[in-house]
Amino acid sequence: MSTNNLDQLYRSVIMDHYKNPRNKGVLADNNITIDMNNPTCGDVIHLTLQVENDIVQNAKFEGEGCSISMASASMMTQIVKGKNVNEAAKLAHVFSDLMLGKDIDDSIDLGDIEALAGVAKFPARIKCATLAWKAMEKGVGNDSDATD
Amino acid sequence: MLSKEIRNHFPILDQKINGHPLVYLDSAATSQKPRQVIEALSNYYNLDNSNVHRGVHTLGNRATEGYEGAREKVRKFINAKSTEEVIFLRGTTTALNTVAQSYGRANVGEGDEIIITYMEHHSNIIPWQQLAKEKGAVLKYVDLEEDGTLSLDKVREVITERTKIVSIMYVSNVLGTMNPIKEITEIAHAHGAVMVVDGAQAAPHLKIDVQQLDCDFFAFSGHKMCGPTGIGVLYGKKALLNNMEPVEFGGEMIDFVGLYESTWKELPWKFEGGTPIIAGAVGLGAAIDFLEEIGLDHIERHEHELAGYAMERMSEIDGLTIYGPLDPEKRAGLVTFNLDGVHPHDVATVLDMNGIAVRAGHHCAQPLMKWLDVSSTARASFYIYNTEADVDRLVDGLRIAKEYFNDVN
Repeated sequence: MSTNNLDQLYRSVIMDHYKNPRNKGVLADNNITIDMNNPTCGDVIHLTLQVENDIVQNAKFEGEGCSISMASASMMTQIVKGKNVNEAAKLAHVFSDLMLGKDIDDSIDLGDIEALAGVAKFPARIKCATLAWKAMEKGVGNDSDATD
Repeated sequence: MLSKEIRNHFPILDQKINGHPLVYLDSAATSQKPRQVIEALSNYYNLDNSNVHRGVHTLGNRATEGYEGAREKVRKFINAKSTEEVIFLRGTTTALNTVAQSYGRANVGEGDEIIITYMEHHSNIIPWQQLAKEKGAVLKYVDLEEDGTLSLDKVREVITERTKIVSIMYVSNVLGTMNPIKEITEIAHAHGAVMVVDGAQAAPHLKIDVQQLDCDFFAFSGHKMCGPTGIGVLYGKKALLNNMEPVEFGGEMIDFVGLYESTWKELPWKFEGGTPIIAGAVGLGAAIDFLEEIGLDHIERHEHELAGYAMERMSEIDGLTIYGPLDPEKRAGLVTFNLDGVHPHDVATVLDMNGIAVRAGHHCAQPLMKWLDVSSTARASFYIYNTEADVDRLVDGLRIAKEYFNDVN
């Protein structure tokens, strides 16, 4: 038995985000709340965003899920802060392409998120990684639907 | 047959996954298929394929014989009185929905009660939820004991004179619990209610005797018992089925069609709309032959032993929680568990990287997950082809998962 191939998936930066999640919690002064779940596995995310003047000022998440889904949520909330809603939505598309193993625009600095590229080789886990991003996309894309 | 010998009948097991010999521990989701079943399907399509009950030609006769012959095999397998009581449908879900849509709609009214339990599979919850909503009936749950078993006292507390339907799983797909169906049926009948049994996890593993259980309906799927997907069985007592309306209209269930009125065939074809699942039934018949050759007693004993061995070996691992009764005698051949600090998805991925297939998630039993206070679990489920060596591989894999997630960072 071996663990070498697991390292493709569980990069140390992912485990760091899993064990020490950034932006964990609920934003008290949020104006966008999104709850989303992955019906096939039971993972859930509760994402709160504060969006003013089309800029994502702050983002926090709570949830229940595997290392990949929670690490991805942690990274997503980190990168999305300070971005305007169009940039945020574009990042969600880029992330989706990353999961599909597509070549992505080199000019975009993904930071820690690049560590998730290995998920593309584990098709069963792609949905874990995309949950938080889908929640964010829904939040910034369809404010009227998503706002409480 | 010994499990090693049995194993040779399953070609799929002879392969490597991610560089390791496959250990398949997800039979509660779907079992693997023996060569005999695969050949029966291929022979049917190669030699006999035709529609049933229509053709006057030889192939039509062969197909009809294959299909109806399989019905007789199922009748014997569950000890139904007559083949009229054996209806071929797509699977357990369709069978339970058929009972809800047909018997339920006709017999459940406002304020009536339908009884299920917290351990049910979604397929044995939602058809009743929908029926209760439509009819203004009350859906009531029997609570579970601490160890995930059902107590007859609690069943008695919930069933009343307003109860019309009691629908309970025979064996839990998460807890492994085997429920006292015969006793619950007696209680249901004493209150004038019908007893529906979700037998999806029972039929592959235990000798089923519907007359001895005295249940009114019994539903199960072919694919969990070495048969193909897309074929399942609804057993119902003839007197009840005779008074029920079909839920699917057209094709094979038709007797005579007029412009504004039509009539249905007699049982069991009344409930088998469209062109039936002919190859599926033939495959299920072959699966039954195969299981009976091994012997259901042998299968049940083998799984008890394997589950007992698995629980013993798994309890060596610190921080591993097993759900359901810890007494192997009270459970069927599956072990649902969680490993402290490692999400079940991550457990399943680590195991998969080592060639071991388990299930991770909510197992289509979200109310039970809530009752257990977890969002998801991992599950190793065994069947006739599994051996103690498979359990050892699982335990090794779990140790790797534990170490990996503790060390990494």
